[in-house]
Amino acid sequence: MPRSTPEIPNASMADIAFLMLIFFLVTTTIANDRGLSIQLPPPPEKDVEIVKIQEHNMFKIQVNSSDALLVEGTPMADVAGLKDDIKVFITNRGRDPLSSESPEKAIVSYKADRGTTYRRFIQILDIIQGAYYDIYAEQAGVTNKKFREAASDLADPVNRQIYDKGRAGIPMQISIAEPTKIGN
Amino acid sequence: MAKFKKKAQVKQDIPTASMPDVVFMLLFFFMVTTELRVTAIEVQQRIPEATQLRKLMRKSLVMNLYIGEPRKTAQFGKEAKIQADDVFIEPKDIILWVSRQKDLLAENERDQLTVALKVDNEAKRGIIADVESELRKANARKILYTTLSKKEEIK
Repeated sequence: MPRSTPEIPNASMADIAFLMLIFFLVTTTIANDRGLSIQLPPPPEKDVEIVKIQEHNMFKIQVNSSDALLVEGTPMADVAGLKDDIKVFITNRGRDPLSSESPEKAIVSYKADRGTTYRRFIQILDIIQGAYYDIYAEQAGVTNKKFREAASDLADPVNRQIYDKGRAGIPMQISIAEPTKIGN
Repeated sequence: MAKFKKKAQVKQDIPTASMPDVVFMLLFFFMVTTELRVTAIEVQQRIPEATQLRKLMRKSLVMNLYIGEPRKTAQFGKEAKIQADDVFIEPKDIILWVSRQKDLLAENERDQLTVALKVDNEAKRGIIADVESELRKANARKILYTTLSKKEEIK
């Protein structure tokens, strides 16, 4: 009599796999590590030299505690045109004497109040960064999305090249000031 | 000799032999993408939307801070609080928290630590600014404001 070869019954394998699948489906939270990336300035030093910045090289954006927006001293109700205003300011290169001298000297100053909601803060920061990324992408000859993808993964030499080409001569100078304390 | 017409033998079953393979593939996908939540988040998390997102590649270098109104308002009040790991901390504790997190990393990666701020929509700028100034002191200056992706409006 031939010896039967030992076999593991595999009819229930699909069931086991389904059970595990459902477990992972339920417990999964796909990690969200995407967002607006910024680099904070180094901690303030005691005897720091105050550098005067010429008024026309600064693009001032202020938000108060009731989320109202003030751009270059004028209230702005609609943010639709803000991105283009910033782009025009950064790439002015001295054409308009009241705007920035060069992209290296241009600073976007962003100041919020302690009472500003986070939603509003992010909305405006998104617009400012969007203006810079649009300029970078245009200079590197790629789309905005492609540029940001390249900037996220600089280990790849191709990405590095796109990133360096886009950023050449245009540092992202967004100054996020300490908030005022009018409303809380 | 009579010919017997054979019945048409069309198989009507869906082959199920490859089902375990399909299921296993799905299973592995979810096993890989899953992140078992170690900490229960005790603050509100209505994350804002933005368009200009950047992705963080090295997950091991990301440390999360959750900021928002506590879920248990009866116990903790309505003021926005900072949650690190599974405890509420004050802004002054952040320096200590950062140095603890840095200890977990390899020495050559410590300066690449990124702090992901997961902040509720309705939280105020004030508390975030306090956190930021502590992070500057703690020399953890790479920040990510975690946001969801918003579809860019078509121009």
